[in-house]
Amino acid sequence: MAVPTYATPLERVWHYAYLVICGLIFFFLIAPIVVIIPLSFNAEPYFTFTDKMRSFDPDGYSMRWYRSLLTFGMQNPDASGWAFWSDAWANAKWVQAAKNSIIIGVASTIVATVLGTLAALGLSRPEMPFRRAIMAILISPMIVPLIITATGMFFFYSNPCELLGIVGLPTNCGRLAGTYLGVILAHATLGIPFVIITVTATLVGFDQSLNRAAASLGANPRTTFFRVTMPLILPGVISGALFAFVTSFDEVVAVLFIAGPDQQTIPRQMWNGIREQISPAILAVATLLVIFSIALLTTVELLRRRSERIRGVTPH
Amino acid sequence: MANALDPHAAITTTASGLTDGALRTADGKPLARALARSQSLARRRAFLLVLPLLAFILITFVIPIGQMLQRSFYNDGFSANMPQISAWFAENPRGTEPDEAAWAALAADLTASAEARTIGVVGTRINYDVPGTRSLFTSTGRQVRRGIEPPYQAALTEINQDWASPRLWSAMREASTPMTANFYLAAVDRKRAEDGSIQQVEPRQQVYVMLFMRTFWLSLLITGITFVLGFPIAHLLATLPMRKSNLLMILVLLPFWTSLLVRTTSWMVLLQQQGVINDILVWLGVIGGGQRLQMIYNQTGTIIAMTHILLPFMILPLYSVMRTINPSYVRAARSLGATSWTAFRRVYFPQTLPGLGAGALLVFILAVGYYITPALVGGSSGQLISNMIAMHMTDTLNWSMAAALAALLLAAVLLLYWVYDRMVGIDNLKLG
Repeated sequence: MAVPTYATPLERVWHYAYLVICGLIFFFLIAPIVVIIPLSFNAEPYFTFTDKMRSFDPDGYSMRWYRSLLTFGMQNPDASGWAFWSDAWANAKWVQAAKNSIIIGVASTIVATVLGTLAALGLSRPEMPFRRAIMAILISPMIVPLIITATGMFFFYSNPCELLGIVGLPTNCGRLAGTYLGVILAHATLGIPFVIITVTATLVGFDQSLNRAAASLGANPRTTFFRVTMPLILPGVISGALFAFVTSFDEVVAVLFIAGPDQQTIPRQMWNGIREQISPAILAVATLLVIFSIALLTTVELLRRRSERIRGVTPH
Repeated sequence: MANALDPHAAITTTASGLTDGALRTADGKPLARALARSQSLARRRAFLLVLPLLAFILITFVIPIGQMLQRSFYNDGFSANMPQISAWFAENPRGTEPDEAAWAALAADLTASAEARTIGVVGTRINYDVPGTRSLFTSTGRQVRRGIEPPYQAALTEINQDWASPRLWSAMREASTPMTANFYLAAVDRKRAEDGSIQQVEPRQQVYVMLFMRTFWLSLLITGITFVLGFPIAHLLATLPMRKSNLLMILVLLPFWTSLLVRTTSWMVLLQQQGVINDILVWLGVIGGGQRLQMIYNQTGTIIAMTHILLPFMILPLYSVMRTINPSYVRAARSLGATSWTAFRRVYFPQTLPGLGAGALLVFILAVGYYITPALVGGSSGQLISNMIAMHMTDTLNWSMAAALAALLLAAVLLLYWVYDRMVGIDNLKLG
């Protein structure tokens, strides 16, 4: 956007002032994320740039906080070679947290994506009854404050069969709280709205006559779905799945309420670290997570462009 | 068979049925009925696709929340474990002095409850209304298990003088029925006096109304700030050529995709008294080394961090609406003699209102229920109502109180959600 030729001098001044203001707001958005990256290489246990760091003295920088991520919780951090790595894999707290985050994230993403995609297909059909009300219910886990959801789940998951008592069935069928299954189901619930939103958005431009064409050429509904519908909506499904994964990967409130000591995830471990003794090790984790989110963002952007290309929606 | 049910097949074959006046399909069924059947089948098919997820959400989300809310008005911790004294309360109206029958019922219930090891539950229930009474119940329970002789009034008051307290008896009467509105009264800083009337709690204990007000006020403020910061950015992104705006969009989307805890942590690092921003201010000479600003662990910290976290939720809906505004309208206004300010105010701004409404509602809904960020950077003055719910869940274990607060918060959020659906439509919710 350039200044129009008929602009008055005052308008020109305002235009440049406006660009400066926008620059400052962009700075506000991005600076807090960028600043933790150099700070995570601090050689001192401080959260500020030391004199040595400011003069770019290599002694001011170190990898000690990244190393501490591995050694925290290890039985013998002084070992070397194979013994060090196998110890880290088996005992290091952050490594355990990463494993848990990935297990829970992947499993809940699969549940959310399969159920969410099926529902989005149904919701996008013009014949769907009570469309608006059902959509409102399915999106609500995103809107209801997490603390309320987590509180409800806390009671429900500690005795999931309590309500069966009303119809006279046994009310004791074990606990979901403190199990992987419980956390996975909770995170799937929280991820579902994102899958619904992205997949229904993809289906808005979907040409139903393609399905009919496939059927008229003799394909059964299954073949039609996997050979015609699925390839077209796949970008939407994948970006929905990524949203669901990030939701689980970043979620801490439900974990606080329903996870046991065996299901500590990365955000849970960060929460502990921040509340107890915050050390630059947290910044090292944060830096790794920022790199991870850059990778995710890139994937989603590429998918979005691919989806627009496939569906013939050109960016305007 | 499948062909007969397909409406398109039915329409193309109607010609064969024209002989008797009624439209018929190829296999001789009346068209209207065939169509109705095929449509109801299509409806059922669509619904069956949604059904698994709907059942899943109902079981893992709607029912748990309903069950939790039930606790806000239903608490049988006292009535279920103290049946005899509860029956006495039911028979005798409020204001009746407890007679020996009442004391006997109380002693019998205390003994039975102590035997069944439920005395702690009973004490906890009364403790919500009269703080400090849980130990009265548990210690008395231990004593009565060893045996208690009539007259019970004398025996119990000898164990502990507090048993004669009218406030305690009033609280037990309240708890003797499982259904109660007391937790909602407490959530709006009211309580039931000994004579049953509703009155305000002492000013020192009036916390909840203040917290609700603070939550709404801070959310409103944060929504306002995100609007002021988000509007120029969205406008810039919408008017720049696609290539440049896509590049700048990354600066908006990266925070959006970055972990909430990471963003909160970086604000903790930046805003600390020994942190980067204070260092820069001291270095610039704006403030002296001894007067570093307290920008975190208070409301300021909550406002700054939440504004940063919620800003993308304002920018994205504004951007998607601004993208569709035709620039020639503003040019037309200018050519008709409007100043740039008038053209903006009268022509451009009104067209951005749908995006503004969507963004503002979304930010406000998310802000009202925020928990993590206030808990980490809010100190005591930056806590919101969510933090109070969490405190009752994990620290004071007053779950009914947590449920009552949650119910009020949920009602507010659902109302806003309904408005959002009316104004914007949930279908128009877009991500990234």
